[in-house]
Amino acid sequence: MAQLEQWALGGRSFGTIVSWFLLGGDLYTAYTFIAVPALVYGVGALGFFAVPYATIAYPIALVVLTRFWSIARARGYVTTADFVRDRYGSRTLEVAIAVTGVVAAMPYIALQLVGMRAVFRQFTILGAGGGLTALTVAFILLAAYTYVSGLRASALIAFVKDALIYATVIAAITVIPPRLGGWAHVFALAAAALAHRPHPAKIYLTQPQYFTYASMAFGSALSLFIYPHSITSVLAARSREVIRRNAALLPIYSLLLGLLALLGYCAAASGIVSKDATNVVPLLFARYFPDWFTGITDAAIVIGALVPAAIMCIGAANLFASNVFREFSPERSSVETRVAKLLTLAVAAFALLFIFFVPVPYAIDFQLLGGALMLQIFPAFVLGLWTRWFHPAALLSGWACGLVASCAMAYASNFTSNFTLHAFGGSLTGFIALYALAVNLVVSASLTPLLRKGAPA
Amino acid sequence: MRWYVLLVLPFVGTLIPPLYNHARPALFGMPFFYWYQLAWVIVTAGLLGVFVATTRGRHDT
Repeated sequence: MAQLEQWALGGRSFGTIVSWFLLGGDLYTAYTFIAVPALVYGVGALGFFAVPYATIAYPIALVVLTRFWSIARARGYVTTADFVRDRYGSRTLEVAIAVTGVVAAMPYIALQLVGMRAVFRQFTILGAGGGLTALTVAFILLAAYTYVSGLRASALIAFVKDALIYATVIAAITVIPPRLGGWAHVFALAAAALAHRPHPAKIYLTQPQYFTYASMAFGSALSLFIYPHSITSVLAARSREVIRRNAALLPIYSLLLGLLALLGYCAAASGIVSKDATNVVPLLFARYFPDWFTGITDAAIVIGALVPAAIMCIGAANLFASNVFREFSPERSSVETRVAKLLTLAVAAFALLFIFFVPVPYAIDFQLLGGALMLQIFPAFVLGLWTRWFHPAALLSGWACGLVASCAMAYASNFTSNFTLHAFGGSLTGFIALYALAVNLVVSASLTPLLRKGAPA
Repeated sequence: MRWYVLLVLPFVGTLIPPLYNHARPALFGMPFFYWYQLAWVIVTAGLLGVFVATTRGRHDT
């Protein structure tokens, strides 16, 4: 136990500043640097949903995480599934929660690998357009780094990562828009470029997109802090106050996310065209920065993807070792740490499979579909922090129905993250995660009284 | 308990797109849609800061 806690939770000793860097390094990923700008470049205003998402995630985090932190500290929990097992006394539910976290982390890690690939792809030494070689390099880098580092090293590297990212964003925002004639020009040129695409897009939302936009922001915000990697970093905090302060300090990174999103428009405005929107940010930097600085920005993107990917692997492996493997090993200590370390490699390898077998239109859909799976632990975990009302078997049924609904909707909408619901003569396109959560909640809430009646209380 | 209102405001401000889905007034050439939502990032940080400061040491938060 002690060893695993050292490697995976950094000994639960991090103060406000270290936690700020670690959480920032962990939550702001290739999603922020590559996927969001790519989406804005591709679909316009709808892609900006990431900004309200990264805003409202913090009030949610403040309420949910401080509560979880206190309970976890008092009872010595290392994962969300530890809590669920104790609260409901259900081993099956524990395993369900753990497996969900592990599986949902994989597409998110896949997104990080895709982000690194976008950078490596540009290096002619790897063969121009050599996507596969680039991906291999990214994967080997991740596997080696994770196996060696653990969470303490990641907190340290997070400092470097953040310094590079802040330098990159500040340089990009001060250099690129003026070269394009100022923000007014950027938006005008981008609007024109988007309108002339084979699939025209706009820099404002259309009326049917209102619900889609809000549901993507809200659904993403609900799922952000229940991912194993977020929980890992949160539990590494020394005190409740550290978490509360960080909820107020972390939005500074969201401002970066917003400015990076607008680089998608800068790319569209400067006439950058790429078959794969994932490449537009590296291409933009290469066009406007001198070579030496492009090298720094490339490093920023790679480290920016590597650090969170490692923390995600650690979080997922930790979850699997603690809550699934546990039964097979009576001594939690050294065996579990070794297993957790080997598992990180397995997690990274499975993430790679997602890239090959799930044909998402935009890299961000990896994260969004992963979020739909992740959100299915919401009733058991988050609501469970405040109430014991739900019956474990009802929660398990709700979870299963939510997962089936997520996968069915994802498949029906060709692995995009939004599903169009036709009902009462109208249609409503919204984020799959929220629809599936609604299914989950209805099943959990309606089965609970039935199961209670059946069994003597 | 009433301090929780501070935590609800960001949802009201950001999750109703018809409130801000327009070009004007622009700021530094940036349409309202964009700068309004960026401004909410800063406002939210401020609201949370006030919340954290005023509820320090209470056990229900």
